[in-house]
Amino acid sequence: MSALRIDCVMSPDFSKSHFALFGQPVGFDIDAAALDQTYRDIQREVHPDRFANAPDAEKRIAAQWAMQVNEAYRTLKSPLARGRYLLKLSGIDTEEESNTAMPVAFLIQQMDWREAVVAARTAHDDRALEQLAKDKRSEERTLFELLAAQLSNVATMRDARETVRKLRFLEKLGEEIDLASEAMES
Amino acid sequence: MALLQIAEPGESTAPHEHRLAVGIDLGTTNSLVATVKSGTAEVLLNQEGNKLTPSVVRYFADGGVTVGSQPKAEQADDPANIIVSVKRFMGRGMADVARYGALPYKFVDAPGMVKIETVAGLKSPVDVSADILRALRVQAEAALAGPLVGAVITVPAYFDDAQRQATKDAARLAGLNVLRLLNEPTAAAIAYGLDNASEGTFAVFDLGGGTFDISILKLTRGVFEVLSTNGDSALGGDDFDQAIAAHWRKLHGLASANHKDLRRMLMAARAVKEDLTTADDALAEIQLSYGQTLNVKLSRAEFHNMTAHLVERTLSPVKKALRDAKLSVDDITGIVMVGGATRMLHVQAAVNGFFGKPLLNNVDPDKVVALGAAIQANVLAGNKSGDDMLLLDVIPLSLGIETMGGLVEKLVPRNSTIPVARAQEFTTFKDGQTAMAMHVVQGERELVKDCRSLAQFTLRGIPPMVAGAARIRVTFQVDADGLVSVVAQELTSGVVAQVDVKPSYGLTDAEIATMLQASFTYAKDDAAARVLAEARTDAQRLIEAVQAAMAADADLLSATERALILQEIERLHRRQSEGDAPAIKASIEKLSTATETFAAKRMDKSVAKAMTGKSLDEIAKIGL
Repeated sequence: MSALRIDCVMSPDFSKSHFALFGQPVGFDIDAAALDQTYRDIQREVHPDRFANAPDAEKRIAAQWAMQVNEAYRTLKSPLARGRYLLKLSGIDTEEESNTAMPVAFLIQQMDWREAVVAARTAHDDRALEQLAKDKRSEERTLFELLAAQLSNVATMRDARETVRKLRFLEKLGEEIDLASEAMES
Repeated sequence: MALLQIAEPGESTAPHEHRLAVGIDLGTTNSLVATVKSGTAEVLLNQEGNKLTPSVVRYFADGGVTVGSQPKAEQADDPANIIVSVKRFMGRGMADVARYGALPYKFVDAPGMVKIETVAGLKSPVDVSADILRALRVQAEAALAGPLVGAVITVPAYFDDAQRQATKDAARLAGLNVLRLLNEPTAAAIAYGLDNASEGTFAVFDLGGGTFDISILKLTRGVFEVLSTNGDSALGGDDFDQAIAAHWRKLHGLASANHKDLRRMLMAARAVKEDLTTADDALAEIQLSYGQTLNVKLSRAEFHNMTAHLVERTLSPVKKALRDAKLSVDDITGIVMVGGATRMLHVQAAVNGFFGKPLLNNVDPDKVVALGAAIQANVLAGNKSGDDMLLLDVIPLSLGIETMGGLVEKLVPRNSTIPVARAQEFTTFKDGQTAMAMHVVQGERELVKDCRSLAQFTLRGIPPMVAGAARIRVTFQVDADGLVSVVAQELTSGVVAQVDVKPSYGLTDAEIATMLQASFTYAKDDAAARVLAEARTDAQRLIEAVQAAMAADADLLSATERALILQEIERLHRRQSEGDAPAIKASIEKLSTATETFAAKRMDKSVAKAMTGKSLDEIAKIGL
C-alpha cells in the first residue's frame, strides 16, 4: 500500500504535456532558443550526474525525470515529431502504420525519388544525390508550412494527418539518401 | 538526494572533508589514474614514478600477477602468459578476435566473450582488466593516503553494451565503486574545454591503441552536449603495428613465426612506428629464436603507404558523425586530437585535410582523457557542486528487437541523448499464444544476424487470446553509463518480465561480491572495516543533506512528514554509533524512503524554477 503511494508520488508528472514542461504555449510554432535553454536548465537540476551520491530511490526519480525531459525535448525539437504530438494531444491518430491510402501523384513522386536514389547510388553520382537531398528539403519546407497552417486551426486539424504521413515518407527518403551516401563513402 | 545537491548556494550541506575520487583511463596500451587536488586535475604517479602504466598483465603458475612496465619489458619471454591490449577482447567473441591479426594467445571460446588460457588458468578479459584496475586502485590509494570513494572509468564512445558492462564488472571486481562510465572523447572535451574556456562545436578525434572514436560536441557555458558519435571499436594503433609486422614477415619469409618471435616483431614494429613520427627512416634489430638476428628498416613513405587504408577507415565514421549531427565541416570550430596514435603524421594530415582546420593538441593526447575523468569524478563524488558543468551524452549504437523474419525493429536510434527510455507495443501472432521470445540487439543493420545480440528472454504467462489481441509493451532504458535494461509487459494482464541486459558470461552482483571476498588482495577485516567506514560516512552525509533540505524548504513538509523524518534521523544516528554496517545501511534506506515524497516535491520545485528561466543561482544573485 505505502509502496504504491510512493511510486505514484515519486514519478515525474507524466500527465503534464511536453509543452507545459518547457513552459511553451501549445502550438506548432516554437521558440527554439528558449526550448534549448530551458532544456539545459532543467537537465542541470535532474540529470543523474547530480545524484551520483544519492540513495537509490532518489537516483531513480532523477533518472525518470531526465528520461522524460529528454523525450519531451526530442519531441518538441523535431517539427515532424512536434506535429504528430500536437495531433495526439487533440486525440487524433496519424494512422502512419495503418493508413496507406495516399494521393496517387504523391506516391508516384515518392517512387520516382526512391528510384533516383538507387540509380545515383549505383552510378556513384554524388551530385545527383545532393540534388535529391535538396529537392527533398524543399518539398519538406512546403509541407511544414502547410502543417503549421493546418494545426493552427481546429477545422483543418484532421487534414494535418495526411501531411504528417507525407512528411514521414520524406523522412524515410532522407534516411535512404544518407544510407546511399554512406555506401558510396566506404 | 537532491536534498544535498539542490541546497541553496552558500549554504554548506556537509562539513567538507575531501572525498577521494579518481578518473581512470583504462587504455588499450597504457592506463592512467588522475585526481583533482586543490582544484586542479593531475595524473598520479605509479610506484616507478611514471604517469603511464602499461596495460600489460603477466600471470605466473604460482598465482602471482604483475602489472605494468615489468611485464611489458618481458612480453617476448613469455608471450602466452603476458596479456597485452586486453581491451580489444572485452565483450568480444572468437570471430571478433580472429580479425585482429596474428596474436600469441591460446583463445578459448566462452559464452559472451573469449577467455585466454594461461599458466594460472583461464582468464577472461574482465579478469585481466580487473588486475590492471586493481593495480591502479592500489596506486591511487597509496598516493592519496586513503580509500577511494569512487572512480569514473572511461570507455570508448563506440563501445557497445557488452563492452561497457564488461568494463564495469572489471572495475567492481577490482574493488572500485564505479561513479560513472564516461565516454573517452567526452572526457577529453571536458579537460580540453575547461582548460581553454572553449565555446563552439568541436570534433574530438580519438585514435587510441585499439579503438577509434569520433564525437561531435557543442560546448556552451559549461554544458558539454554530445551531438553525435561514431567510430570503430576495432581500429587503433595496434593495427598499424600489425601491418608493419605482417610486411616484415612476408619480406623475410617468416610466415609461420612462433609466439615469441611474433611478439618481438610487434614490439619492433611499434618502436619503428613511433620513430617515424620524427624521422624519415627507422631501423630495428630483432633477435629471433635460434640465435637469428633480423635487421629491418622502414621509411616513412613506405609506412604511410602500407597503412593508408587504416587512416582512410577513420574518415567514414567522421562523415557519419557529421551527417548525424546535421553539420558540415564548416560548422566545426576546432578538432581536439586525443590518443597516442594521433601522433602519426599521416593521421594528422588526413584529419587536417578533411576538416581544413588546424588541430588542437595543446593538452597531452595521452593524458587528456584521464584528466577529464578526474574532473567528472570530483563532481560526482560531491566535492564540488555540479552547477557549472553538465554532460549530455548519447548512446552510440541503435537498440532494437528481433521481429518476424529475422528483421530488426529499432526502438532507440543511435545518438539519442541518455538516459533514455523508449517503449513500443507488439502483439502475438498465433491464437492462444502464452509466451513470447524477445531478442534484444544493438547495431545499425537491418538483419538480426548482422547486429550484436545483447540478450534473449521470454515473457511467459500471457493469457490465451486470439492472435493480435495481446498488447506487449517493450520498454528499453539506457542509463547514464550507456547500459541497457529491458522490460516487457503484457498490458491486458500486467504480466511483467524484466532483464538487465547482461552479457552471456553473466556475472551477477552476488558472484562479484563472492569473488571480491575470495580475492587474496582483499584481507577480510580490511574489507569489513572499509564497508563500515563507508556506511557511516554515507549516513552522515544523508543526515546532513536531509537537515539542510528541511531548513531550506520547511514549507513543503506536513507536520506528520516532518515528525517521521526526524524519527528516522534519530534512529540512523543511533545505528551510526553502533558498529553494524548492514543495520546502518537498512536505516539509511528507511530515512531515504521517509524523505521520498519531500525529495520529489523539492525536485518539482527546482524544475519549476528552471522552467521559468531562473536558476537557483540566479535567484540567489537577485537576492543579493
